[in-house]
Amino acid sequence: MIVRLRFFASLRERFKASAAERTLADGATVADLWAALCRERPDLEPLSKSVSFAVNREYVERDHRLSEGDEVALIPPVSGG
Amino acid sequence: MFQIVDRQIDVTAVTAAVADPKTGATVTFIGTTRDHNEGRAVTRLEYEAYPEMALAEMRKIGEVAQQRWPIAAIAIVHRIGVVPIGEASVVIAVSAGHRAAAFEACHFAIDRLKEVVPIWKKEHFDGGEVWIGSQGGEEFPGGAVAPVK
Repeated sequence: MIVRLRFFASLRERFKASAAERTLADGATVADLWAALCRERPDLEPLSKSVSFAVNREYVERDHRLSEGDEVALIPPVSGG
Repeated sequence: MFQIVDRQIDVTAVTAAVADPKTGATVTFIGTTRDHNEGRAVTRLEYEAYPEMALAEMRKIGEVAQQRWPIAAIAIVHRIGVVPIGEASVVIAVSAGHRAAAFEACHFAIDRLKEVVPIWKKEHFDGGEVWIGSQGGEEFPGGAVAPVK
């Protein structure tokens, strides 16, 4: 299945992109996606504890199962206000 | 009123959005950009949002505030892009029958906004720039400044 990724702030700068797509095995979770991204870019690994995830604009836990076409946002620690 | 704007926030309009003749109190919080942080001169701040989700989270904050306190209305407007020093980056207005509910709900709203709304602040200073909240020592390398409360 294909999921759409959104990158923001420090992660957008790191990926040099604000959006991307990745192909994952059916039944893959957010944790599986993150692991795949960390394999592509080992420099992401130290961010594992601080990054949050949203699927279709709702915060989710890492065991959340992804579906075809989901919009997955990688959310660095927020700092609005 | 829940908005993300890329220009100066019209504070009067935000306050007017919650005006209601049945209320006796309106509390307005204005968050402004500070010219220093952690002992360092800040030249400008720049904000980025995940706009669709940020708006949804701002509306949720409004709903929770309405459930927890007897308030009449709440409005939240956040500015993105470059915000010159001294200008408003966020304005929250709450109206209620009495002041206690308005103060408490407004305090809750700004605290919650800083915790959950997907908006990020980049601080530009002499000789560099850093995403606030994203440095956190080893977790988000590239900055050496303590997170801003």
